[in-house]
Amino acid sequence: MGEVLVVVDLTGGQAQTGQSLAGSPVTGLPKVADQLLTLAAGLGEPVLALLGRCCGGPGAVPAAILEAAARFGTTRVYLADAPELDEYLVVPKASVLTDLIRRIEPVAVLLPATQEGREIAGRLAVRLDSGLLTDVVDVQRDPAGDGFVATQLVLAGSTTVRSTVTRGVPLLAVTPNAVEPRPLAEPVAVAPVELLEYRQTPADSMVRVTGRTPSVGGSRPDLAEAAVVVTGGRGVGGSEPFAVVEQLADLLGGAVGATRAAADAGHYPHEYQIGQTGKTVAPQLYVALGVSGAIQHRAGMQTSKVIVAVNKDPEAPIFSLADFGVVGDLHTVVPAAIEAIRGRA
Amino acid sequence: MKIVVLVKQVPDSGLERRLGVDQTIDRDTADNVVNEMDEYALEEALRIQEGSGAEVVLVTVGPAGALATVRKALQLGGDRAVHVVDDAIAGSCVLGTSAVLAAAIASERPDLVICGAISTDGGVQVMPHMIAERLGVAAVTGARKIEIRDREVLVERQTEQGSEHLAAELPAVVSVWDTINTPRYPSFKGIMAAKKKPVVTLTLADLGIDPATVGFTGASTRVVDHERRSSSRSGTIIVDDGQGGQRLADYLAANKFV
Repeated sequence: MGEVLVVVDLTGGQAQTGQSLAGSPVTGLPKVADQLLTLAAGLGEPVLALLGRCCGGPGAVPAAILEAAARFGTTRVYLADAPELDEYLVVPKASVLTDLIRRIEPVAVLLPATQEGREIAGRLAVRLDSGLLTDVVDVQRDPAGDGFVATQLVLAGSTTVRSTVTRGVPLLAVTPNAVEPRPLAEPVAVAPVELLEYRQTPADSMVRVTGRTPSVGGSRPDLAEAAVVVTGGRGVGGSEPFAVVEQLADLLGGAVGATRAAADAGHYPHEYQIGQTGKTVAPQLYVALGVSGAIQHRAGMQTSKVIVAVNKDPEAPIFSLADFGVVGDLHTVVPAAIEAIRGRA
Repeated sequence: MKIVVLVKQVPDSGLERRLGVDQTIDRDTADNVVNEMDEYALEEALRIQEGSGAEVVLVTVGPAGALATVRKALQLGGDRAVHVVDDAIAGSCVLGTSAVLAAAIASERPDLVICGAISTDGGVQVMPHMIAERLGVAAVTGARKIEIRDREVLVERQTEQGSEHLAAELPAVVSVWDTINTPRYPSFKGIMAAKKKPVVTLTLADLGIDPATVGFTGASTRVVDHERRSSSRSGTIIVDDGQGGQRLADYLAANKFV
């Protein structure tokens, strides 16, 4: 069994606050780490590369993270926390990983299919002349040979594709929340940590990060990783009325999303837009409030595990996607639901 | 200053899209359009052109039918276009596609390449970094604001956590989201002018690319099979009769979301 390298990026604000916004109760890492380690354990021996400073301080990985990684069978942990990883866009991370991959020769590399995960994977693909697959929701060993077969969801989730990598080390960008995390029955011994030396290449410092602005409402989970998303559409009717969307999201511990119509109307910031030209999410629960369900939007959420919709219009296309729907005024239904939920607690 | 705008022809995502028997996206029978995000890229190039002057060149890699898309894009703006078309390109993986795009861009020697951050067919979002890696230039991706100052490009990058401010020297590849601007509609004048704008066709041979390194032959990944999924669900839909909120709460509780 070969080693499967799982890459988890801690830069960009999460590590600095010592708080993982979508923190896993198991590893303390972003939840997607549990998902990637689970997939890796099915393909070989998981080894974990952490990029960026952990909340344990420079060169350190907190014991809690190591113990949790051991529950998924992780046999080695690599840490790259040179300041350059934060100071320049993407490329230093690709450089550190290129060196590591050439040295340890894993049988596959798993990264999250986030914006930056894809970009790192793209750089690795060129540097290592290796095949890259994105939007991977599962990987299994190929019964017919040595390699792996990856399942991808493509064309806005309308089509499942099974693919293999035919050259180089398979680089697989995995959709967050597509894999159910499964710790082993027995954890392995806690892995040793190797601090990776950072060796700068000329391309690394081409793009300087001169500032970062976290989004407002930063205490909610990232849309890309949230297990619950509550989205408001044009039917919410304005920016102040969006408060009810936020209330439900907070009650469910979820992230807030907006449709393009709502964002274009200025009711909610564009960075929360879900859809063809916004983010694609696949949470455990997607609640669509005042959302018509036009194709533009559906493309961004139709593979969610459970879809719930509230809309005044009984003909709204969203209802054909929903597992549960209420035809009614969301400004009546949702406050009543919130009260009922609080009443249960 | 010379700006290259990458334009991709994609099947209209508002209509049914499918993979063919060769496991690639069907472009022959589809209704093909300009990739939506590329409209924002072109608009941004035109704004820079209007502000400080520049030559704007559209570059497309696609089958012969992609010419119609290039002509459509030229109606919005741009001085001329380059269309790379070669049967051997079909079936390319991202390594092959990025190699062809990089070569086409290199032949133009632009100061700036602007492209959409995502295509609605592949949706892979890796081209800007792969092209930049091949050309040895900066990739500044995910822009919702671009400023050119002397030989520097300053970008506000949209991220899942908020935003980042980035600075890089030209030449650079910059990708944009739809939050960056509002694309113009073609004017009658633009539509007429587009017909006369030069479109040069290039083959792999013109770019010095060995066909064996791209297309199905040169691909580093292979699709084994595919299956269409139905997105319809037959869920429970109720009408609010005063109990809608309670029923919603019950459903969430029954499914362990609260």
